[in-house]
Amino acid sequence: MIEIGNISKVFGDRKILSDVSMYLETGKVNMVIGQSGAGKSVLLKCLVGLLETDAGEVWYDGRNFTEMNYEQKKALRREVGMLFQGGALFDSMTVEENVAFPLEMFTKMSKEERTERANFCLKRVNLPASNKLYPDEISGGMKKRVAIARAIAMNPKYLFCDEPNSGLDPQTSIVIDNLIREITLEYNMTTVVISHDMNSVMEISDNIFFVFNGQKWWEGNRNDLLKTDNKELCDFVFASTFMKEFKSSSQSKR
Amino acid sequence: MVDILTHLGAYFLMLRKAFTRPEKMKIFFKRLSAEMELIGVDSVALVSILSLFMGAVILIQSAYNFENPLIPSYAEGVATRDSMLLEFSPTIISLILVGKVGSSIASELGTMRVTEQIDALQIMGVNPVNHLILPKILAGVFIIPFLILLSMFLGILGGFLATLVTESVSTHKYIYGIQYGFEPYYIVYALTKACVFAFILTSISSYQGFTTKGGALEVGKSSTKAVVFSTIVIILFNLILTKLLLN
Ligand SMILES: Nc1ncnc2c1ncn2[C@@H]1O[C@H](COP(=O)(O)OP(=O)(O)O)[C@@H](O)[C@H]1O
Ligand SMILES: [Mg+2]
Repeated sequence: MIEIGNISKVFGDRKILSDVSMYLETGKVNMVIGQSGAGKSVLLKCLVGLLETDAGEVWYDGRNFTEMNYEQKKALRREVGMLFQGGALFDSMTVEENVAFPLEMFTKMSKEERTERANFCLKRVNLPASNKLYPDEISGGMKKRVAIARAIAMNPKYLFCDEPNSGLDPQTSIVIDNLIREITLEYNMTTVVISHDMNSVMEISDNIFFVFNGQKWWEGNRNDLLKTDNKELCDFVFASTFMKEFKSSSQSKR
Repeated sequence: MVDILTHLGAYFLMLRKAFTRPEKMKIFFKRLSAEMELIGVDSVALVSILSLFMGAVILIQSAYNFENPLIPSYAEGVATRDSMLLEFSPTIISLILVGKVGSSIASELGTMRVTEQIDALQIMGVNPVNHLILPKILAGVFIIPFLILLSMFLGILGGFLATLVTESVSTHKYIYGIQYGFEPYYIVYALTKACVFAFILTSISSYQGFTTKGGALEVGKSSTKAVVFSTIVIILFNLILTKLLLN
């Protein structure tokens, strides 16, 4: 479980995050939603220390991350798997080498064991027979899968995904979303997913946090979301006709 | 001015982070040999061609200038050797490597930055500065002096080949000339310069690439900045080192 306590982040004279607190549960998909530019990626980067926060604290299962020194942070990051918006695969390495890289860096596994583990992870994300290809030789959806495989190679306790289905077609999006959900349950991870895609929110979220104007504006679950009368949240969630119809049909059933 | 100081501070901080113990020696040596290939082996052809032609041109020009009967007939050999050893090989070749190696370092690291590959390394718990930049600096400082040695040799060879087609300089006078009053210290001097310039060009280019912000456009800008700043600093240090080493 991760606790975010009143964090703030300022860039120059622009306040990007102000006083954000969240409680991110283990074994659940915690979704952070909001318009683009709301500060979601910044929030995630503050969580893992890629950006320094200006105020507030982040606790990982009772460990105060904010107070840790460089070495301690480095050690904790080995428990974190992260899926970046563009995949962030290393272009100079093949698919298999990408997945095996953290193992080579941090474990004493032999080459065979690493290859075996990499293949296991690649199979887990349903990506067979691409081991020897380079990142620029595979499609966007495949890149995302490799990135997930790399993120889970070290058996992380925490999984962070920044817009896992940006740039993917709807069908592939659902596959990736479900993969994230299954893996979260299977390994009992604390998963944080950033998204502005209402489909994935309705599909896989357990807890939902709505970020607006750099603040945590609202939190709840899927049912709460359909019933909310929070104006900004409604504007965001029911911007599409599809979601409007979804809401009215779910209400008329009751 | 404040800007320059901020960059200077950040540059030295980066160097401090780079010079730490690598996480895993095996990976470090793998990276080091890859960089040596990229910086060294891949530049051999360019350095060879340039040096051969430069040596030939220096000889032909000095033959043209030294037609005065008071100048000894082996002077062209001496001139070719000393121009290559003292200035052309260490300085000009380093400046040319700035254009080839420096810009490629900056664009490689810049691309890794804007596609979040550097963030990905950091999240894994890798020190990206140490992992990416240290092998580049060490490979450069180790391999560029060899390129400079190669350049000296080929420059003098270029002069030799030119004597075969230039009537005013005889080949055996040239061979006498390149041995006449030879100072082994010149080699030490040139290699010292080569090491310093290699450090400057790899570290400044790495800094520019590593601190890229934004997108593809900025990667190009970083690459340009890497070339401009490395060139300026090398020229500055060339003056300082020449003053220090030749006194
Ligand atoms: N490194 C940075 N320096 C300055 N401003 C930034 C930086 N990163 C993000 N921002 C700004 O913070 C705001 C939130 O960005 P971001 O978190 O990426 O939005 P999103 O919610 O779409 O992920 C944007 O207005 C962006 O311009
Ligand atoms: Mg974002």
